[in-house]
Amino acid sequence: MKISVIVTPKKNVLDPQGVAVGHALESLGFPKLKTTRVGKLIELEIEAVDSPEFRTRLDQVCKDLLSNPVIEDYRYEIVAR
Amino acid sequence: MKVAVLQFPGSNCDQDAFHLFASGLKVNTKYVWHKETSLGDADLVVVPGGFSYGDYLRCGAIARFSPVMKAVQAFSQQGGVVYGICNGFQILCEAGLLPGALIRNSSLEYRCITCALKVETSTASFNPNFLGASVKLPIGHGEGNFRIDEAGLARLEANKQVLLRYENNPNGSLSDIAGIRSEAGNVFGMMPHPDRAFERFHPSMDGLKVATAVLATKFPELLKHTA
Repeated sequence: MKISVIVTPKKNVLDPQGVAVGHALESLGFPKLKTTRVGKLIELEIEAVDSPEFRTRLDQVCKDLLSNPVIEDYRYEIVAR
Repeated sequence: MKVAVLQFPGSNCDQDAFHLFASGLKVNTKYVWHKETSLGDADLVVVPGGFSYGDYLRCGAIARFSPVMKAVQAFSQQGGVVYGICNGFQILCEAGLLPGALIRNSSLEYRCITCALKVETSTASFNPNFLGASVKLPIGHGEGNFRIDEAGLARLEANKQVLLRYENNPNGSLSDIAGIRSEAGNVFGMMPHPDRAFERFHPSMDGLKVATAVLATKFPELLKHTA
């Protein structure tokens, strides 16, 4: 299956990259933005069966490695094949 | 006293840190490669600056899972003294040995300048009585913007865990924080580089005094070299 892990800066954490991208969008004449946030997309492909145990392990690596819970939130989408 | 300077792929201030301790503070210093699982008989672990693992994912995020970091975790849990400089500070935050995290500078620029730093009263040896009210140290980083939640910041302040604050904030750090210690007082981290501030050709000579102030509560023998 394929897993997409999406990591974004926490809402209350300053995102200097997002602010800079927002300014650039406005300078292109894009309508006024409320917020712009820049995150990461991590794509995993794995031979595994989706189960509660698998999700527990996936959540664990998302918290331990793929995101830093002090400054980031994560979510994932699983596409079974 | 024996010092272990860790080396990760991408560390580039390991030799500066080695030189600070071996030549500047004249203590027995060795390198420990990140694949090692033991720190040997080290009394102090130094996590040096650089770009461990190319700063992939987040600064320090991958170094944190190097085999040697298990030994560092165990060492610090037993009260062992750990000192992270620059990327070393980022690694210690990622590893949970220090609170908070370091994100991209608010300017989005890599900042390489000498900073005036306000000295806070934090430990018996780290305070303005020993260091003076202000010191100068170079910084060189793109991700030195210290972040922590409100409750975490309140705890840092209540426990006097802040060591240094920028006088002119170069990176957007919360409360101008440049360096902190753990609540237990045996783990230290700072973005500025004492290892780049102790030779005549360096931009400042305050590095020896700052490193001594960090460590002298636990290692009073260091004081004889800065007298």
